[in-house]
Amino acid sequence: MDITVLFFGQLAELAATNETVFQSVIDTDALKIQLHQKYPQFADSSFIIAVNKILTDQNTPLFNGATVALLPPFSGG
Amino acid sequence: MSNIDEERYSRQTILKGFGLVGQQKLNAAKVLVIGAGGLGCPALQYLAGAGVGTIGIADDDVVSLSNLHRQILYSVADIGLPKVTIAAAKLSILNPDIAIIPHHLKLKNINALNIIGQYDIILDGTDNFASRYMINDACVLLGKPLVYGAVMQYQGQVAIFNVPGLNGIAINYRHLFATAPKPREVPNCAEAGVLGVLPGIIGTMQAAEAIKLITGIGKPLINKLLTYNVLTNEMYTVSVNTSSPNKKESLISETIFLQMDYEDECGIKEKHIIEIDGDEFETLRKQPGTAVIDVREVYELPQVTNFEHQQIPMTVFKESIRSIADKNIILFCQHGIRSIYAGEMLQEVFGNSKQIYSLKGGISKWAAKLL
Repeated sequence: MDITVLFFGQLAELAATNETVFQSVIDTDALKIQLHQKYPQFADSSFIIAVNKILTDQNTPLFNGATVALLPPFSGG
Repeated sequence: MSNIDEERYSRQTILKGFGLVGQQKLNAAKVLVIGAGGLGCPALQYLAGAGVGTIGIADDDVVSLSNLHRQILYSVADIGLPKVTIAAAKLSILNPDIAIIPHHLKLKNINALNIIGQYDIILDGTDNFASRYMINDACVLLGKPLVYGAVMQYQGQVAIFNVPGLNGIAINYRHLFATAPKPREVPNCAEAGVLGVLPGIIGTMQAAEAIKLITGIGKPLINKLLTYNVLTNEMYTVSVNTSSPNKKESLISETIFLQMDYEDECGIKEKHIIEIDGDEFETLRKQPGTAVIDVREVYELPQVTNFEHQQIPMTVFKESIRSIADKNIILFCQHGIRSIYAGEMLQEVFGNSKQIYSLKGGISKWAAKLL
């Protein structure tokens, strides 16, 4: 089971990549835990999560082939 | 509507679905652009060119040299002058048939409802979270469509808030980001940099969304958040599904709005660190037992030779704190933002045993006064 995770804004810089693949994550809560283990540098960053291009603020099940986007807020203008 | 110059707008009125009716709608519309900076400049130019009948510009800033790589309404001769004045003059030359109303002020809770209330559509071109949350909440209160845009290094976001989608639900900024991030979580343009053309693209997209909203053409970004990456030329659009309710209720009453301390919510107000202006700086730096510290990185310009100081860049600041012996410490950086963070770090270590000052507006503002 492959879950593609896309990093936006400064998360891409912190992760040093625009995307990565996670295996065996059943939902977004589990993904958050794995993210924090793999990228402890995200600890100070806030972001919202979209699963298959739909924003979610609750735990959402992930299925094989899902794409999860992590979107931080931008302030510049 | 009879006074619309048909030749001026002929290239858009011949568009299918736009027509003279679209032009009349633009002519009748009142759009407020808040922030006449990287996003605001291109948005203003296209809105004025398109013939939006009334355009308000709200900004309290003056033009500086570091603005010119992206704020395309201004030139070297305008440095030090109010942005709204220059922008209004340039736009009037571009299109003398429309009304351009400069609001030379910083939009705050106390004046926001009055000013925003005078317009149909609001375009957010500001550069900080305190303003963005304040403008969002004011637009929610007044039910005003808000065209949001923001940039960061090589990426930008665009969205439309407060306009009901097909399901009748209107989302706003707090549905995306319920509360403001801490200052250190998200760097701003002054700290993180921005490719000049990026706010040009995002501001232009905001103008396009405003025009679509006014004329009813196409599919505006209602209940959607678009992210654009200038390096990859990719756009990524996510839908906001409001079936999952917002954790933080959007604020609804005017009383609560007027009492909100947005700068405090965004953590940019630090009560223990005293912000000083250029004149106070001149007096204070000469006091005995005072250290003046530049917290910028070594490669940052301008290099300061006008007064004695030491340089402790932010990247090594934490490790170097203990070496600071003076009782009074004046911190400065480029724009007066990082110097406040540095002050907070000092506060954590020294408590109130040292008096900590931060040069407001940073060295860029200080240097601008010398010109």
